[in-house]
Amino acid sequence: MSDENLVGIVLVSHSAAVAASVAELAQGLAGAGAAVPVAPAGGTEGGGLGTSAELIAAAAASVDRGAGVAVLTDLGSAVLTVKALLAEGDELPEPTRLVDAPFVEGAVAAVVTASTGADLAAVEAAAVEAYTYRKV
Amino acid sequence: MLDADFFRRWMTVTAASVDREAERLTALDSPIGDADHGSNLQRGFRAVRDALDKEPPATPGAVLVQAGRLLISTVGGASGPLYGTLLRRTGKALGDAAEVDEGQLAQALRAGVDAVRQLGGAAPGDKTMIDALVPAVDALGDSFAAARDAASEGAVATTPLRARKGRASYLGERSIGHQDPGATSAALLIAALVDAEAGGE
Repeated sequence: MSDENLVGIVLVSHSAAVAASVAELAQGLAGAGAAVPVAPAGGTEGGGLGTSAELIAAAAASVDRGAGVAVLTDLGSAVLTVKALLAEGDELPEPTRLVDAPFVEGAVAAVVTASTGADLAAVEAAAVEAYTYRKV
Repeated sequence: MLDADFFRRWMTVTAASVDREAERLTALDSPIGDADHGSNLQRGFRAVRDALDKEPPATPGAVLVQAGRLLISTVGGASGPLYGTLLRRTGKALGDAAEVDEGQLAQALRAGVDAVRQLGGAAPGDKTMIDALVPAVDALGDSFAAARDAASEGAVATTPLRARKGRASYLGERSIGHQDPGATSAALLIAALVDAEAGGE
């Protein structure tokens, strides 16, 4: 399968280390499927804790292969910044979806699903479904 | 009538107020937040002031849309997208008129506040910037001074409230007794209308 039609995944966290580690984890667990474009957008441009609209926009552009981009976030300003960028209209690739999912489990589900060549709606559904896996 | 230069001055005065009050905003954000509200807003409004000084947009709407965009991209905390959305949506509601009157500003700012409520999901009484902005917009039909007083009273009135949004909400009962930093900075933004009207920079 060509890399051309895979959904891209962006992982937005307040922490650059968290975003990068979750990206590594999700790609590692995706196994032998096609290499999904995954980009972390963690922390501020200065390397501190926070959210950077510019890092998010750059990450989304870097994973866009024309099949859409799924964005997963941790909390607070990460969620609000992505929503504000989506409302802006021209800052993120078309289509980009903010996916309502738990960050780690959702990222794994999204990357594994995207590696099968699934479309954006299927990737989003898989990530959202991660909320239903109860641990106790 | 209010022209583009009035709106530029509004942003410039806000930047000066935020500079002056940055330490206080951060101090308010220390017990119930992550102690970055003052420095975050300072970075954002300085970027707004510099951009508007360098190349002032031609219409009131364009001034606010540009200011909102810059806040979203430079603040780095939740206040960036929230204030950014407030100003951008207000600017869009003003359209491309060269001048607007106070009534049109009040109407546009209400659209901006509604967009903030939708983005953050906060309602009045949740101990957020909404608690200063909603009374301010309600009073804006009377005068800018009335809006300033209403916003300031709204900010002070957040002290006994329990936070229901943002990081402070995790503190539950312990958020009670602290004035909300976001409502406090929102009151600075509204107060700046009065100085901008008087010709201040």
